[in-house]
Amino acid sequence: MARLVMVIDTRKCVGCMDCVVACKTENNVPEGFNRDWITTEVLGKSPNLQMEIRSERCNHCDNPPCVYCCPTGASHIHDYGGVILVEHELCIGCKACLASCPYDARFIHPDGYADKCTFCIHRVEKGMNPACVDVCPTHCMYFGDIDDPESRVSKLISTRKYHTNIPEAGTKPQIYYLT
Amino acid sequence: MNELSHTRTNHLIDPSMHVWGWEIPVYLFLGGLVAGMMIIAGYFLFMGRHKEPKCSCFYLPIISTIVLSIGMFALFLDLEHKLYFWRLYTTFQLKSPMSWGAWILVLVYPALFANILIRPPEIISNKFRLIASLSEKINRMKNSTRLIGILNISLGVLLGVYTGILLSALGARPLWNTSILWMLFLISGLSAAAAFVHLIAKDVQEREMLAKADNTFLTVELIVIILLIVGALSSTQAHIDAINIILTGPFAASFWVFVVGLGIIIPLIFQVLAVQHKIIHTPVFPIMVIVGGLILRFIIVYAGQYSHWSHTVLGK
Ligand code: SF4
Ligand code: SF4
Repeated sequence: MARLVMVIDTRKCVGCMDCVVACKTENNVPEGFNRDWITTEVLGKSPNLQMEIRSERCNHCDNPPCVYCCPTGASHIHDYGGVILVEHELCIGCKACLASCPYDARFIHPDGYADKCTFCIHRVEKGMNPACVDVCPTHCMYFGDIDDPESRVSKLISTRKYHTNIPEAGTKPQIYYLT
Repeated sequence: MNELSHTRTNHLIDPSMHVWGWEIPVYLFLGGLVAGMMIIAGYFLFMGRHKEPKCSCFYLPIISTIVLSIGMFALFLDLEHKLYFWRLYTTFQLKSPMSWGAWILVLVYPALFANILIRPPEIISNKFRLIASLSEKINRMKNSTRLIGILNISLGVLLGVYTGILLSALGARPLWNTSILWMLFLISGLSAAAAFVHLIAKDVQEREMLAKADNTFLTVELIVIILLIVGALSSTQAHIDAINIILTGPFAASFWVFVVGLGIIIPLIFQVLAVQHKIIHTPVFPIMVIVGGLILRFIIVYAGQYSHWSHTVLGK
């Protein structure tokens, strides 16, 4: 079984937001909504500043509260790669999944269903990368199967230092940030 | 300085999450109130009080049915994909409290209906022969009222408990994420229901009994609130920050004044005096208890959505 994850090198990311634009275009994300976004964190007192820029999105968690709380089964774990998806025709728009996500990764699409990053599953199933990964001008994002020890993502996280976001919430997030 | 900026504009989520408006607290309150009324009516049936001609157990299930339907309508209004609401009933999701709740509601209506059948209002039994004959059959059956009483108590407890678990299962919101929330909502539902029955009861003995019961419920509610606060304050930083939203933060004034002060402590003091016959019973205090219960749901739902885990990474 493949387990698809994303590895993002925060040392290379410049926060240009190309990934945000690529996602909006690829997935026709309606105006005023975002499936991915840039978070900039600055810590310290000038001149001793520390900064990290992160391209963030749904973490396709291994222990996904959004799937567990869904009363209709609309939010589910996809057979391929453990990707977390929403079946629009099953979603009643109760917003429990929005409330259950520690990353606030979901929103309600103007058509009424819960929406979020799909890891561009329609591309991935054709053997391509998610749009954000391909478009990144600094090549700071990597996408692949973490269960395969030979994959680029596996090698990166076994050789580099990384963190995940809010691991203390217990969701086992699957976006790894190299530091 | 630790500055965090997101380039994100999702409606209902940014700048601070507000996915649930007035509909959910109203639904949770009405659900809790009905749960309390079912427990009280069920208890009266179980104890054989239905032999008293003025017992409130005859009209409570009718009121409950109406109140619950209003609550469910509020819930329906909250859905963003309304035409698909029936999808709740084509599946059962074991891990989803909301799915449990949807099915519990399906069981609650027949239990209320069975209760109504014990002595249906005359206008209905005169019009519908079927109802009258069903009612006769139920009354002829041995132990039927006791069984219906137990059924109403059990489903009332389930309904009240579920309104709390619905929120406490959402670990992303530290204010809700406490295993005592169900107890708070159940006891608050009971106290509001006792206050309501106290207001409308026609039987003097019953009114007195419910005022006493309400005093017990309010005392327990106060203890549960203290336990909830102690639990959160001795938990993680996220839980401490979360509880501070209602202790000292933006929701503090309404929490202390309307929920604790006017909703519990003051009515408790005056109702204790009233049951000791030092002052007369007035509708003011039960009304304060009911309003306090409603405001409690609003504060918990709103402040809970405001509470979150820290998104900072640097300096951790
Ligand atoms: S990031 Fe949020 S929406 Fe995505 S899988 Fe995790 S909990 Fe669910
Ligand atoms: S909004 Fe839709 S996907 Fe989310 S929990 Fe409700 S039914 Fe499931």
